[in-house]
Amino acid sequence: MDQIIVQVLNGLDKGSAYALIALGLTLIFGTLGVVNFAHGALFMLGAFCAVIFSRILSLSHEIVDETRTDFLGNPMKIDVPYMHDIFGPELGASIIDWAVPLSILFSIPIMVGIGFAMERGLIKHFYKRPHADQILVTFGLAIVLQEIIKAFFGANPIQTPAPEAFTGSFDFGVLLGFDPLTIMYPYWRLVYFAFAALIIGAVFAFLQFTTFGMVVRAGMADRETVGLLGIDIDRRFTLMFAIAACVAGLAGVMYAPIVAPNYHMGMDFLVLSFVVVVVGGMGSLPGAVFAGFLLGILESFASMPAVVQLLPGINQIVIYLVAIIILLTRPRGLMGRKGVMEE
Amino acid sequence: MGILEVKNVNKRFGGLQALGDVNLSVAENTVHAIIGPNGAGKSTLLNCLVGKLIPDTGSVMFAGQSVLGRKPYEINQMGISRVFQTPEIFGDLSVMENMMIPLLAKRDGSFRMHAIESLEDERELRAEAEKMLDEVNMLDKQDMHSASMSRGDKRRLEMAMCLIQRPKLLLLDEPTAGMARADTNNTIDLLKEIKEKRDITMCIIEHDMHVVFSLADRITVLAQGTPLVEDTPENIKGHPKVKEAYLGEAA
Amino acid sequence: MLGIKGKDLSVFILVAVLALLAPFLLNPFPVDSAMAQFNAGYPDLMQRFVIFGIFAIGFNILFGLTGYLSFGHAAFLGVGSYAAIWMMKLVSLNIVPGIIMAIVFAGLFSVLVGYISLRRSGIYFSILTLAFAQMSYALAYSVLTPITGGETGLQIKPGDTPLLSNVAEGEIGRANFFGLEMSDSSVITLGGWEFTMNVGYYVCAVVMIAAFYLAIRIFRSPFGMMLRAVKSNQQRMNYTGLNSKPYTLAAFVISGMYAGLAGGLMVAMDTQVGPERMFWTASGEVVLMTILGGAGTLIGPVLGAGFIKYMENIVSKINSTVLHEWFAFLPDGMEDFLVTIFYPFVGKGWHLTLGLMFMAVVIFLPGGLVQGGQKIAAMFRGKKAAEKDGKTANQQTPAE
Repeated sequence: MDQIIVQVLNGLDKGSAYALIALGLTLIFGTLGVVNFAHGALFMLGAFCAVIFSRILSLSHEIVDETRTDFLGNPMKIDVPYMHDIFGPELGASIIDWAVPLSILFSIPIMVGIGFAMERGLIKHFYKRPHADQILVTFGLAIVLQEIIKAFFGANPIQTPAPEAFTGSFDFGVLLGFDPLTIMYPYWRLVYFAFAALIIGAVFAFLQFTTFGMVVRAGMADRETVGLLGIDIDRRFTLMFAIAACVAGLAGVMYAPIVAPNYHMGMDFLVLSFVVVVVGGMGSLPGAVFAGFLLGILESFASMPAVVQLLPGINQIVIYLVAIIILLTRPRGLMGRKGVMEE
Repeated sequence: MGILEVKNVNKRFGGLQALGDVNLSVAENTVHAIIGPNGAGKSTLLNCLVGKLIPDTGSVMFAGQSVLGRKPYEINQMGISRVFQTPEIFGDLSVMENMMIPLLAKRDGSFRMHAIESLEDERELRAEAEKMLDEVNMLDKQDMHSASMSRGDKRRLEMAMCLIQRPKLLLLDEPTAGMARADTNNTIDLLKEIKEKRDITMCIIEHDMHVVFSLADRITVLAQGTPLVEDTPENIKGHPKVKEAYLGEAA
Repeated sequence: MLGIKGKDLSVFILVAVLALLAPFLLNPFPVDSAMAQFNAGYPDLMQRFVIFGIFAIGFNILFGLTGYLSFGHAAFLGVGSYAAIWMMKLVSLNIVPGIIMAIVFAGLFSVLVGYISLRRSGIYFSILTLAFAQMSYALAYSVLTPITGGETGLQIKPGDTPLLSNVAEGEIGRANFFGLEMSDSSVITLGGWEFTMNVGYYVCAVVMIAAFYLAIRIFRSPFGMMLRAVKSNQQRMNYTGLNSKPYTLAAFVISGMYAGLAGGLMVAMDTQVGPERMFWTASGEVVLMTILGGAGTLIGPVLGAGFIKYMENIVSKINSTVLHEWFAFLPDGMEDFLVTIFYPFVGKGWHLTLGLMFMAVVIFLPGGLVQGGQKIAAMFRGKKAAEKDGKTANQQTPAE
């Protein structure tokens, strides 16, 4: 029993990331009709927003501390972050410590800007082109984005720790009446899950309760008719793309402490997120979220030592295997609608 | 006993009864028109005949064999060809290639791999295609890229593609939809010519009464998924039930 | 001649001549000249040109003709490679059985993948093939290590003693073609020029010419026409009495076998294989080659493969020293500035250039190099010809 809970919990954070990326992919696909292979790169850019921001915060200058000396007897030079100068040593230190959550604020305008530029600059011209062309051009863009990041940050993962307060683990077992230390769960993963749930909730609320969201939903169902009503749907869709980019970016920002950001993390997540979208059903938002968590948890179960012993390698392929089975038995995915992507 | 026998066909889409107890008998070598107001179920009926839809109940027999449960390509192999409302041709291919495909399908069945033979070697088929193209006045266009042709030409090409397979039954779904008067008249003449020259049964769905009354031997009027009347054109013209069904529409 | 004629025949002869004379054509610069870095007449590079050419030709039979975009073709290349290396480890160092088994195994695997993936079309098909390829990669990397050698892959080792070949104790067996060793080369020196005639390259070139010939025959056959019909209008196809499934499956398997052939040849040349050969970026690369050259055209994939592999080789070799030499004639500040601008795109930045090329081709040249060439040719012919062209342009069929 405790093993099952551990695996479900372990699946949650990966599932959250899948769900967030898949949500954005589905929004873009449902509204703009574009298959965006660069969406994983947006996730990666988000993670690097966290890296950049924490580097900015830790920018420091050198001062000479006369009271201490190094081993040669010279006065010691120490680095003092500007944050300490501005906010005082204590507050400054905790601002640096909280760099990752703080970079959410920093990354929102950046990701919206990138999304906006991408849609206006590139995607817009591909609405009427075949899906194959959309796949290829966004695939190219994804390569370009990740190579740019590689050029600036190198190929090695960059450790980006979570705030000190979240570094420990939470003992779930005690809470649920098991023995202590059987179900340990890092605090940050808990934060990530809560954050993902919040974002998903916000996106759904936005679509459900605002006029804007209503138009977008109507547009997803039947673009032509909405266009006929005299609503400028394209402008709204541009904004929708920016929001989707932002969701992917935020997913990346908060993921940075879980997996140290590297330039190809986007591609790794993209392939799986696409599988998630297809399993959930192309164009179905609840489907994307549901399938994201489902596959995340399945992957985690398949990684259990007992399962791996029984079926070696299953942890590597379980997602693909599930995708293949679902596509063959339920061609439209778990929650797909009729008439979406069926040429 | 007609060549096409539709018996008690029902088809529901969710709560909508698209077809209710449709009975239809099409006699061999006649032109049978199916008319009716929008939403009467004409296209649904047609789709049930070619295997695109499967009726919930009832039977569809063609030349003594059931077509139900067969795939569209199998139904075509039985001798039913279909002309679509918007011409469905192979737009990326030349007119001649468009003709060769139905010929090869007729000769070789639903699949055969001629991966090494040259298309140029199929002289007999080519001659047959040329003859057919000549019949529809398109011989001079045989090397054209078919997507770049006018809609009228596409329609004639599509008909030639169907006819070259020598189908026993030709289904036409609004063959003159969206056509100018002159093109419509050309199409009528073409269909009349085909009817005279060949042993062929035609089943035609049409809005344009001019077309219907110029061609049809018998007419079935469909309204709300059920046949109202079936009779000769002369009798249909003044039929009170038909007028009722079309009330508000130009009959 | 040979059952092909007209334009096709000229294209075929062009490709054959290019392939056979490549050791000379690709080494236009004397060895010790500054331009020698642009030479491409090295055996291993030329082998890559033609092997990827075969891969792309095969991919084009599926994507170019039927329009089904597979994102997992590298898996077949990988399966072919593994099959070939095992044949060479166990049975014979002669490359022929290895290559035959590569084609057979890739073919069998593509029947399985194709049968399942082709039940869906459009983007679903792309994702399914991608899923299969990633699955194969993951398996080759982990569980199948006894068969695939895992991360390190497989090589011919000193202990390998194939049944039909005599390998002395402790000697590393070398791949051969009925006694002719793949690595044998003879160097012809003419003045300052050096040309390397390599056995391995010529084996690959001849196979590529044969593969290209077969592709032309397929393109121009009734079967090829049916495949184009699949791309053009599946609905009409079904209502014409044709079952499109076996056609697409046949195309899929043929292109899978081409990929297997390419994989087998790779092993025949370098006698090693690793799982990264199956990674999805490898599948993306063959898509790019085909699109860059011109999908659905005969010569496009060959051009695309050559172009990309050449660029990869040249661009990755350039480093900042080379850049400084290039811009040495400029004032210092200007020189440094240009070097800084270009530096990210060369050397290790090759993938950045590749990505940009990818985008540029899809945005500006959806028809690929072949179409671009046609446009330029049309421009040169001037206005008069252009008028005449307008009339005949409609009559051209898209595949040439």
